[in-house]
Amino acid sequence: MRAHRPPAPASPSFWRSPLRGPRLTALLGVVLLAGITLLFVTGMLSYAAYNPDLAGGVNDQTPGKGLLGFYLFAWPTGPHWLYRVTQGVHVTLGITLVPVLLAKLWSVIPKLFALPPARSVGHALERLSLLLLVGGALFEFLTGILNIQLDYLFPGSFYPLHFYGAWVFIGAFVAHVVLRIPRTVRALRARTEPAADADGTGLVAPEPAPPTVSRRGALWLVGGGALLLLATTAGQSIGGWWRRTALLAPHGGADPGSGPNGFQINKTAAFVGIRPQDTGDDWRLTVEGGGRTVRLSRADLLRLPQHESALPIACVEGWSTDDQPWSGVRLRDLAALVGLGERPPDVLVESLQLHGAFRRAALRANQVRDGRSLLALRVGGAELSADHGYPARIIVPAAPGVLNTKWVSRLTFGGPS
Amino acid sequence: MKGRLRALPGRLRRRHWYGEGPLHLVLMLASFALTGYAGLRLLAGDRWPLVVVWFVGAALLHDLVLLPLYSLADRAVCAATAGTGRHRAWTGYVRVPAALSALLLLVWFPLIAGSTDAPGGASAAHYTSATGLPGDVFLSRWLLLTAALFAVSAVLLLARTAAPRLRGTAARARRRRATKRRSASSGR
Repeated sequence: MRAHRPPAPASPSFWRSPLRGPRLTALLGVVLLAGITLLFVTGMLSYAAYNPDLAGGVNDQTPGKGLLGFYLFAWPTGPHWLYRVTQGVHVTLGITLVPVLLAKLWSVIPKLFALPPARSVGHALERLSLLLLVGGALFEFLTGILNIQLDYLFPGSFYPLHFYGAWVFIGAFVAHVVLRIPRTVRALRARTEPAADADGTGLVAPEPAPPTVSRRGALWLVGGGALLLLATTAGQSIGGWWRRTALLAPHGGADPGSGPNGFQINKTAAFVGIRPQDTGDDWRLTVEGGGRTVRLSRADLLRLPQHESALPIACVEGWSTDDQPWSGVRLRDLAALVGLGERPPDVLVESLQLHGAFRRAALRANQVRDGRSLLALRVGGAELSADHGYPARIIVPAAPGVLNTKWVSRLTFGGPS
Repeated sequence: MKGRLRALPGRLRRRHWYGEGPLHLVLMLASFALTGYAGLRLLAGDRWPLVVVWFVGAALLHDLVLLPLYSLADRAVCAATAGTGRHRAWTGYVRVPAALSALLLLVWFPLIAGSTDAPGGASAAHYTSATGLPGDVFLSRWLLLTAALFAVSAVLLLARTAAPRLRGTAARARRRRATKRRSASSGR
């Protein structure tokens, strides 16, 4: 009777794929080691790029970060495409690694059901750590992939979930890497998978089914999936002609409009509650600082010295635009209007928009002092469109798009008093 | 094994209950300390039980639902396309485009499902009002990509099955001509 019962997942003979083995797992693991390390580094850079430690934490979506912000530094303004590259890599690489992550998890699935559940205290701790590793990886990929598609299903704000989730994950990740490095090196040196009875990892099927694809073929499928995702995504970060190749990416395909204002929009004016009467002739920009206040109409601003900067919009969602030819007033010239032209301090920027976490945002002194940082009034020789921030918007080299505040109403140099 | 353990000095006998070396213990403790520090912050919001559900649920959903589902689907494809005495298996020609198409659907499900306002998708209207881009294009793009993947696969399969057959026809014709010549010369 017992002999006829099909094997349970806990039995090694339940797992019959002839592909599984320590060498396959090691190959996928090495790719993930490199890829996830780069994801973590670019993610931490993006966190620093927001300057969360500025102006009492106006930009800070994670005020409780404590020691996790230990490495924060003043985000530089050059090269001007810096954030375009770091965040483009972060998002595009994350999407590209999805098939590798799935294949890696598939390659070790027999271990999930292995009995006994824990051989010792150490083994029990390691399995708990593996739950954090797998749950953490999937949680990070899931929140990131949902966020770039504007599908905010996850329970809470994206920033704390993705940031703290990354730290929970990375602890388990580092432990896993250190513990598995010897086994990985051994498996890669061996050149072939071991026979089931010589395999110490429990991955090689003792009763394999006849193969329907070679190991090399399976790796080609994983690599092909990664390449397909890369090819249909990367264009939204490369821009130009390549954007049309990003067929499934949120900011791929054709640009939303034509002409100088035709480039990609993060949030439209209507979406964040900008009303036409707020941006008409009655609009005034308030510049405050050093105990002085100046109010300027758009005509006043156009009478000030106009400067040009070719700068991109680079979003935390990974997409970006090519350099756009902005023109407007330099931020340091606006600081000079309130007598802070010598050494301009940080600035708090406030927008007319009613919704959005960054309707108040701070820029650091190094960003204000950069001659390319503008309160832009025009782009490509045309007035800004409503969706690109008319009457005036911030544009700063290398800053995340969300800090390039649109529909600016107030600049407070030296931060809120 | 037991005899060797008994022979070990007492200092090393700790492995007996912990089961792993000291580096293992130190790594686990350091890792859990960081997890605890970050985890308290991850779960600081009001909706922390849902965050736990997402974190653990993601692993369970993958291991116990997604992976078995695609394994079963793969097994079905293999059974339907298995080789017989007369034909070689053509599993790969179905499996590869199907897997690639499913991968695209998995990653871009919110946008693709949003094109039709299906549950779970980001609605096309929300996407369009935020970005000014058309939100209903992703389903048709995914279908076209899927069609292209299967079309490429079909061409490759055709090349595999038709080419040898054509070569075979040509070879048979050559053989026939040669036989004719031989019989003609022998009849002379």
